[in-house]
Amino acid sequence: MKVLVSLKRVSDPDNANKIKIAASGNAVDTAGLEWKTNPFDEYALEAALRLTENGKAPKLRLGEVVVVTLGPKECEQTLRAALATGADRAIRVDATDDALDGRLVALALKNLVGTEKPDLVLLGKQAVDGDSNQVGQRLAELLDWPQATFAATIREEAGALLVGREVDGGVLTLRVKLPAVVTVDLRIVSPTSVYSAHTEAAHKYAEGVRFAPLPAIMAAKKKPLDTKTLAELVPGAALSTRALKFEKPAARSAGIKVKDVSELVDKLMNVSKVL
Amino acid sequence: MPHALVVAEIAEDGKVKKATLAAVSFAKKARPAVGGSFSILVLGGSARAAAAELAGYGAAKVLVCEDPSLAKYTAEHYAPTVAEVGKTFSLVVATATSEGKDLMPRVAARLDAAYAGDCADVLVDGTSLRYKRPMYAGNAFGTVELTTPIHVATARQSEFDPAAPSGGSSPIEAVPKVAPGAAASRVEVVSLEAVKSERPELTEARVVVSGGRALKEQFFQVLEPLAQALGAAIGASRAAVDAGYAPGDYQVGQTGKIVAPELYVAIGISGAIQHIAGMKSSKVIVAINKDAEAPIFQIADYGLVADLFQAVPALTAELKKRKP
Ligand SMILES: Cc1cc2nc3c(=O)[nH]c(=O)nc-3n(C[C@H](O)[C@H](O)[C@H](O)COP(=O)(O)OP(=O)(O)OC[C@H]3O[C@@H](n4cnc5c(N)ncnc54)[C@H](O)[C@@H]3O)c2cc1C
Ligand SMILES: Cc1cc2nc3c(=O)[nH]c(=O)nc-3n(C[C@H](O)[C@H](O)[C@H](O)COP(=O)(O)OP(=O)(O)OC[C@H]3O[C@@H](n4cnc5c(N)ncnc54)[C@H](O)[C@@H]3O)c2cc1C
Repeated sequence: MKVLVSLKRVSDPDNANKIKIAASGNAVDTAGLEWKTNPFDEYALEAALRLTENGKAPKLRLGEVVVVTLGPKECEQTLRAALATGADRAIRVDATDDALDGRLVALALKNLVGTEKPDLVLLGKQAVDGDSNQVGQRLAELLDWPQATFAATIREEAGALLVGREVDGGVLTLRVKLPAVVTVDLRIVSPTSVYSAHTEAAHKYAEGVRFAPLPAIMAAKKKPLDTKTLAELVPGAALSTRALKFEKPAARSAGIKVKDVSELVDKLMNVSKVL
Repeated sequence: MPHALVVAEIAEDGKVKKATLAAVSFAKKARPAVGGSFSILVLGGSARAAAAELAGYGAAKVLVCEDPSLAKYTAEHYAPTVAEVGKTFSLVVATATSEGKDLMPRVAARLDAAYAGDCADVLVDGTSLRYKRPMYAGNAFGTVELTTPIHVATARQSEFDPAAPSGGSSPIEAVPKVAPGAAASRVEVVSLEAVKSERPELTEARVVVSGGRALKEQFFQVLEPLAQALGAAIGASRAAVDAGYAPGDYQVGQTGKIVAPELYVAIGISGAIQHIAGMKSSKVIVAINKDAEAPIFQIADYGLVADLFQAVPALTAELKKRKP
């Protein structure tokens, strides 16, 4: 199976509360925050690796994993990290962050799918900076491919995937015939979430994503990394969204500590009156 | 000027999902900018009853599309019809439920429209609409403008009060199903494993009791009696779900459900950024944690530093005593 995985870099999500808004109000200032790979995209990569191997011999790729990002030159770090983890090839589509929106990202990916011809495109369900949750669904429509969003489990069948989706109210299982688009949710990296046709049903993965050993990090520098431009993929690319202004949400301050449950119930009944 | 279109959602029991009423409120707020009225579209295997339910909210029309292939929701079957109907409107909006978030970007792509997801507000500026979206786990709001002729959006349920019936009766009109593309023949709904619970719906409850990793296998044993005493829904942190103590659809947070109840009780939850993003609009927040330095206390109105395995049963007993 050939899998295309998109990776977006985001400013360190564990410190998202440290972002600042420029005095003008029209930009978010993430200075001082490290760039990280969007966690959901790391999970998508892990799922792609699991789908292209026998879990018992994870160094041998039984298929191909191509990673792609849209962004400036620094984003190549994100791609190199993915190559070190096991991806075979990388593509960077040169674009500045503020020249992109969800519509353009999907259009560019559609064009890449046309040349790469993967069996599956795996994406994160959302980028945790913009929190849009749209690119995978848009891409599926542009390709007229089936989509399985918010995937918590994937099982490969002949020419198809059985995907357990986390939805409001439970788990909805879809069967999608390949080629297809799948966006992944948090639980996709648990030990029994993803099985390729080569991996035994009894196999259990380690929880979470795999890490690249040092030799692999060195070797990744030699793996192919191609560059394309946004204009090549989406001629006349123009934004259809414009950010007008940013604001910090109203701050919530710490209240008081109560000494015991009886004082707590007093407060809830007599002060907040929520009981 | 073309108006707003609300895409309704039908629950398993054939009734309109209450979440839909958030999108109705969104459309009502937006309508001055888009010609003054809104309509509602409902799709399903049998959607007549749902359409009748929706006729009392002041819509210009309620449009119904019934077809056996729509009995079980899939984006591949729904998007073509929603887009076909939507293309005569200038705003197409649904509530940001898991179905809304799955469907609407696909509809947007079909209409080559820009999409504003999970909006906390919609602002009218003359004949323009602006969308206020939470970003960076709710640490910033961005106000965006969409420049395509049609806008597609989803509304964050916790930020829009459910629309109240306004009397009157909107005309109900049938619309044909649009034949879907090849994608639809390549997707099949295999099963829905519904999480059964006696408790109220998490996103609609007046009180939510949420548990974290600290509850271990005793998650329900400890929380259920308290939730019962409070008439509360039960939620969970990601760590509690990942560990298998609670089902996935209990997760509250940036990447789970967004809740804003009158009272939110966080039990054995540290208060990570991603968790706070899903509950900080709650009116009153209570935290019970044995670590006095836990970040959850920075946003809690009332903090109790205690071992939850003692404090929660004691709280349950106290509530029963005072409010029998
Ligand atoms: C304040 C502000 C508000 C915005 N509001 C909107 C808006 O309302 N509508 C809109 O369309 N855009 C909006 N954008 C732009 C949007 O956030 C970015 O352009 C982004 O590149 C598109 O990703 P997303 O956040 O929509 O991705 P999502 O749909 O949340 O991401 C899903 C997946 O798509 C892939 N992906 C996304 N971007 C990239 C990338 N650059 N490279 C590789 N893979 C990628 C990743 O795999 C990701 O997991 C806004 C930006 C800002 C700053
Ligand atoms: C991409 C991404 C998305 C995420 N999305 C979400 C999300 O939507 N929602 C979410 O919740 N998290 C999310 N997270 C995870 C988040 O970062 C935290 O890891 C998680 O919220 C921690 O859960 P917790 O508070 O239960 O566990 P912990 O952080 O381990 O906290 C347990 C707490 O219990 C307390 N405790 C232990 N024993 C007792 C006792 N006996 N009595 C009282 N207190 C006790 C401890 O002091 C501690 O504060 C996400 C993470 C990532 C990377």
